[in-house]
Amino acid sequence: MKKVSLRDTYGDTLVELGKEDERIVVLDADLSGSTKTAKFAKVFPERFFDFGIAEIDMMNAAAGLATTGKIPFVSTFAIFGTGRAWEAVRQTICYPNLNVKIVCTHGGITVGEDGATHQALEDVANMRNIPNMRVIVPADDIETREVIRKIAYTDGPFYVRLSREKFPRIFDESYRFEIGKGHVLREGEDVTVIANSVMTSFALLAAENLEKEGISVEVIHMPSVKPIDTELIAKSASKTKAVVTAEEHSIIGGLGSAVAEVLVENFPVPMERLGTPDVFGRSGKGWELLHYFGLDEKGIAEKVKKVIARKR
Amino acid sequence: MVRFEPSFFLERNREIDEVTLRAIAREVRKDILKMTSEAQSGHPGGAMSAADIIVTLYYYKMRHNPENPKWEKRDRFVLSKGHVCPALYSVLARTGYFPLEKLHEFRKLDGDLQGHPDMKKTPGIEISTGSLGHGIGAAVGMALGLKLDKSDSRVYCMIGDGEAQEGSVWEASMAASHYNLDNLVVILDNNNLQIDGPVDEVMSIYPAVEKWKAFGWHVIEINGHDFKEIKAALDEADTVKFKPTMIVAKTVKGKGVSFMENRAEWHGKALPPDLLKEALKELGEIV
Repeated sequence: MKKVSLRDTYGDTLVELGKEDERIVVLDADLSGSTKTAKFAKVFPERFFDFGIAEIDMMNAAAGLATTGKIPFVSTFAIFGTGRAWEAVRQTICYPNLNVKIVCTHGGITVGEDGATHQALEDVANMRNIPNMRVIVPADDIETREVIRKIAYTDGPFYVRLSREKFPRIFDESYRFEIGKGHVLREGEDVTVIANSVMTSFALLAAENLEKEGISVEVIHMPSVKPIDTELIAKSASKTKAVVTAEEHSIIGGLGSAVAEVLVENFPVPMERLGTPDVFGRSGKGWELLHYFGLDEKGIAEKVKKVIARKR
Repeated sequence: MVRFEPSFFLERNREIDEVTLRAIAREVRKDILKMTSEAQSGHPGGAMSAADIIVTLYYYKMRHNPENPKWEKRDRFVLSKGHVCPALYSVLARTGYFPLEKLHEFRKLDGDLQGHPDMKKTPGIEISTGSLGHGIGAAVGMALGLKLDKSDSRVYCMIGDGEAQEGSVWEASMAASHYNLDNLVVILDNNNLQIDGPVDEVMSIYPAVEKWKAFGWHVIEINGHDFKEIKAALDEADTVKFKPTMIVAKTVKGKGVSFMENRAEWHGKALPPDLLKEALKELGEIV
């Protein structure tokens, strides 16, 4: 599969949106070269605001801009946007339900060499727990463009988590994103694997490998972590009676937790969560770290076998 | 009591003398004490120190429309020190944003007047505040947005001196100056008292004037209970170009009631019924 840059696509999509709509403004905190908002800044300097290394103020100012009818996109690294600035996001953006789009790059372990301090393994959890906030985790460039365009014209706050590393492309141009909807990428009978971000491509790979061993895997891609596709999860679980989640995030509070919440209340079945355990990351190359933490097709296959053994 | 038609507020710098402003502020102080006392909760001390400035903004300076709170041409007020909202609620009610009876809803489950300002529930609130250090940043964003639209609307924001201990206040102060926001005026309610005691003993923010000057602001020092000085400072801010204005207003916590003045204990405590009676008497109410 061809590897593509989600953050470059984000920058390009911002430029597209900026040409269409004068209300689009972009804020960054001294990372525009990395988040790729610099692409927008170059074309629309008067609508780009660098706040320097001051993420709390940036979030508050984005809320203020939204009250004047602007559509602010706010970008920095995921850990700063969802951690450092968490309470500004809660107080000034989500509490008044303002039209601010937080799109952070450098989510997950694939941040790589910068190590634990810069690897956001908690960002989805941080944003998922705030009322009014919706949380989207795309898998490739095509989906990223769809997501960014959709949230630009959907009122209210969003958090979109993008990566530093290039990820395999899994969609074609016919792909359409819908808030709160998952996608069945492969139908199966024995187990459901629910994934997003880079883990969706690993899930597809695992499903292919497991088929050779006689295990039929249903793969669901779930970009919309909040709101989540309750109906699809319950439907698939009622068919396969076993679920595995896979995410490039801590197993606490992210996709795995969200799916577990749906299952216990709708259709309880054995479930296994793949993600980073309750630990910090470390330095290394992005793809090395994925394998180091077992976040790959082998890790998914292990969880699949474990959960199938638990089926009654 | 003085009432104005909503149309009175549509132009800036209205004809209103200091005697009238003082009379209105006295009513606002009574409202503050009654609201907090009825709820047996809230922050009367800081509301009393902020009252004269908020009254001057809404009755003299700001262009606003109580009949149409989202009027496009309005000037905006952000109460960054959201806990003193009883003063703002009273002024909003008295200028016509909602009926005075609504003040009884303050901090109650079946009411719309939240413990801290909620823009979704209360007409006239420009942004929800409460957690300190955030409102001033939102005011910076509003000022930027209005500049982008080439609007001549202005943004006023009040922060507390204890609030200035929050780092985000200085992030916002840096940004306001960096973006030459001459449409932004911030007023520091400098009563020098916070919950744990005097500001300079808990965590000094001084020298405040020099700090904001160093951050590139035009700084004006006033007595925050002298209506002439408040009006003059707000007028001076209109003439400043390419930089934001900080009005450092020396104020007295609990201002207007002898036994509340300069006492930190009335920061977050409501008067019991007997003391309320005494306080209202001091403010000239026949009880």
